[in-house]
Amino acid sequence: MGADELVINMGPQHPSTHGVLRVKLKLDGERVIGSECIIGYLHRGVEKIAENRTYQQFAPYVDRMDYVAAVSSGLGYCEAVEKLLVVEAPPRARVIRTILTELQRIASHLLWLGTHALDIGALTPLFYCFREREEILKIFEKYCGARLTTHAFRIGGLQYEAYDTLEKDVERFCKDFESRIAEYESLLTQNRIWIGRTKGVGILTAEDAIAFGVTGPVLRASGVKWDIRKAAPYAAYDQYKFEIPVGTTGDTYDRYLVRMEEMRQSRLICLQAIENIPSGPILAKVGKVLKPPPGEVYHAIEAPKGEIGYYIVSDGTVMPYRVHIRPPSFINLQAFDRMVRGHLVADVVAIIGTIDIVLGEVDR
Amino acid sequence: MNAALQATLEFLKLYWAPLLCGVAVVAILPLIVGYIVLVERKIMADMQARLGPMRVGPHGLLQPIADAVKLLIKEDIIPENADKLVFWLAPVLSVGAGLLSLAGLAIGPAFQIAQDINIGILFVVGISALGIFGIVLGGWASNSHYSLMGALRSSAQLVSYETAAGMALVSALLFTGTLNIKSIVEAQSKEGIWFVLLAPVAFFTYLVASIAETNRAPFDLPEAESELVAGYMTEFSGFRWSLYFLAEYTNMIVVASVATTLFLGGWLRPFASVHGLPGVHWLNFLDFVPALLILAVGAYCVVRVPKQPTRVQQLFMLVVAGLCFAVALVLAAPVVLPVIKPSLREAVAPFYSGIHGGFWFIFKVSLYIYFFMWLRFTIPRYRFDQLMRLGWHFLIPLSIINVLLVGVALIVGAYFHLHGWGLLLVTTPAAILALVAAFLILALEKQHDARQEQTAASDFYAG
Repeated sequence: MGADELVINMGPQHPSTHGVLRVKLKLDGERVIGSECIIGYLHRGVEKIAENRTYQQFAPYVDRMDYVAAVSSGLGYCEAVEKLLVVEAPPRARVIRTILTELQRIASHLLWLGTHALDIGALTPLFYCFREREEILKIFEKYCGARLTTHAFRIGGLQYEAYDTLEKDVERFCKDFESRIAEYESLLTQNRIWIGRTKGVGILTAEDAIAFGVTGPVLRASGVKWDIRKAAPYAAYDQYKFEIPVGTTGDTYDRYLVRMEEMRQSRLICLQAIENIPSGPILAKVGKVLKPPPGEVYHAIEAPKGEIGYYIVSDGTVMPYRVHIRPPSFINLQAFDRMVRGHLVADVVAIIGTIDIVLGEVDR
Repeated sequence: MNAALQATLEFLKLYWAPLLCGVAVVAILPLIVGYIVLVERKIMADMQARLGPMRVGPHGLLQPIADAVKLLIKEDIIPENADKLVFWLAPVLSVGAGLLSLAGLAIGPAFQIAQDINIGILFVVGISALGIFGIVLGGWASNSHYSLMGALRSSAQLVSYETAAGMALVSALLFTGTLNIKSIVEAQSKEGIWFVLLAPVAFFTYLVASIAETNRAPFDLPEAESELVAGYMTEFSGFRWSLYFLAEYTNMIVVASVATTLFLGGWLRPFASVHGLPGVHWLNFLDFVPALLILAVGAYCVVRVPKQPTRVQQLFMLVVAGLCFAVALVLAAPVVLPVIKPSLREAVAPFYSGIHGGFWFIFKVSLYIYFFMWLRFTIPRYRFDQLMRLGWHFLIPLSIINVLLVGVALIVGAYFHLHGWGLLLVTTPAAILALVAAFLILALEKQHDARQEQTAASDFYAG
């Protein structure tokens, strides 16, 4: 073959673009010399919908963005509106929020690990991950009746009181989970092929990561110690001790290690939180009709995939004047082209997996 | 007219048995492959903490038949811009090569379709390698980028790994001096030791190369579903696709059979040399193992009968148990009869070698295929450049050095009149030396690569 360029359309129907991402790849043989992400296949106009819904009505919509980490998106939105209303959720609600959000982080990372490993060709971790994720989803189901798009929180606190055995369920899960992480690691961490496929692949330097506005594990793997849970604590994170894992080189292997360690840390946070859940009300006095004073607010939390931020402008009516969402998947995806250049086709799927995108959130 | 009929009859008289076998292979193989797939799915499920197919028949036992029916009645799609003739021909070529190479294999001393080809092993390896044409042509004819890339990867992979596999075969063939499949097994019987012990490095090389040749994980790049959708099979569907599938599993059986024949003693029982000896040797208990094994499976089925939820499933379990008992009886007869009535020993000898030979051969082939599956569920996939590096920088040097050293070891062994297990004295050092040399080469290559990378790194982002 000559040195002609080959343009391949990867997606929107492709087994490993994690939904409906379409990547236009310019190839020289098997080497990628350029790429372009074409998004929008799942665009639903979430931000526009917000302008025609009351504050409470919009809450379930944010669950449909990052549908594998709906609890985290919901927490960000509820806290943003609370900030606008200048109310605070009661301590009991905040602790339960923290527990559920950390469980959601573990669930989201598990899904990432399974699919990422599957993309690289390891079939088995996916099922091990789903086994544990199922336990978490069962806890969600017991708590609020839904497994995926939970709508677990309400503006001002929680709608549901924690069920009787919540602490016991979480404790049992956390107890089992430690050995389960070791099980995943035994399959991958020291595996020569896994290291060969991930080390040095998709390197993102700290400067590049900051310039692209990348957040979450992708940023931390590049060696930047930035986690909103520590930098601007929300919910009840200021009460708990946990470490922020950081990587050194910012390659796919580092991102893998960072996320694995994050799951361990989330487990520790859960264990600390269930030890002492304060009693008291679960919902602050917010009233039936929410009419925040005119003004604007930006509130961000550390979702499993990075910083999810809500910029809400209120004009004093029951409906927001404008809602802008800063989705971590969308912004992390911007670094994709920088990461794939010069790599092989096989690395493209590894890099899509390692950014950990959810197309519902990218396209909104 | 009459003469032609006469000639046909003459031909049939001579070749009715091979023809019948050929028809039987073509008829039964898809069924066997279907059940290999079912077993694979069950093993995969077991390793992945789930149950696998459970819906069609008890424990999904009829799943292969349902799959086959589904594939047969699916719409047959030929892409508009495809080269129709080649698109039609390619899967047939692939599966034809796979089936043809089965002809040369000997399952037991009595079962061989193409009896005593003097270039037996060469025939099998050569014909099975022809299957790659089907893959390359299929990938090219589909007129799709994914298919083309899959086909290119496949051909590059086959060329690199066929070399290593061939060299590994040569190492083993040095011990026999013949390519005839029956003679190879008989040589192992005469030496009283399988060649896997005499040429462990060659066996390892062949093991790795055969996985790559059959496009199985972790070398399944031509059909890596997460990268190339389905590689060369992307545009194929329905029955054509199932032909490719059939070819892939047939190839697995072929490489497993070649490895079994050359390295694992073919149809020989472990410690087969003890069998013919007069008197009672404790190792002869191995004669009873096959029957006991199948008996245990049957007994387990009987135990499980009351636990089946419906009457049909209970009946089915009983039928399976009955089949197991029947097979166990057939396996037990040639070994139990001589014990009861020593005068029958001569009479049952051919039955013994036929039935037990077949059992041990299939058993070893199954173990080999099980290893393939185990690998597939355990480890991730190699990248294309890594695959090539492993092939060219490690396996090919290793196999070439191994051929040389095995040759030297044989000369030394002949000088000291070493035979059987005694040969280990010279072949083990040879194997260790070959490994050391290959790792040395690999280390040198790595050093060289690192130096080159340093010079290339500066203009990496320049483009």
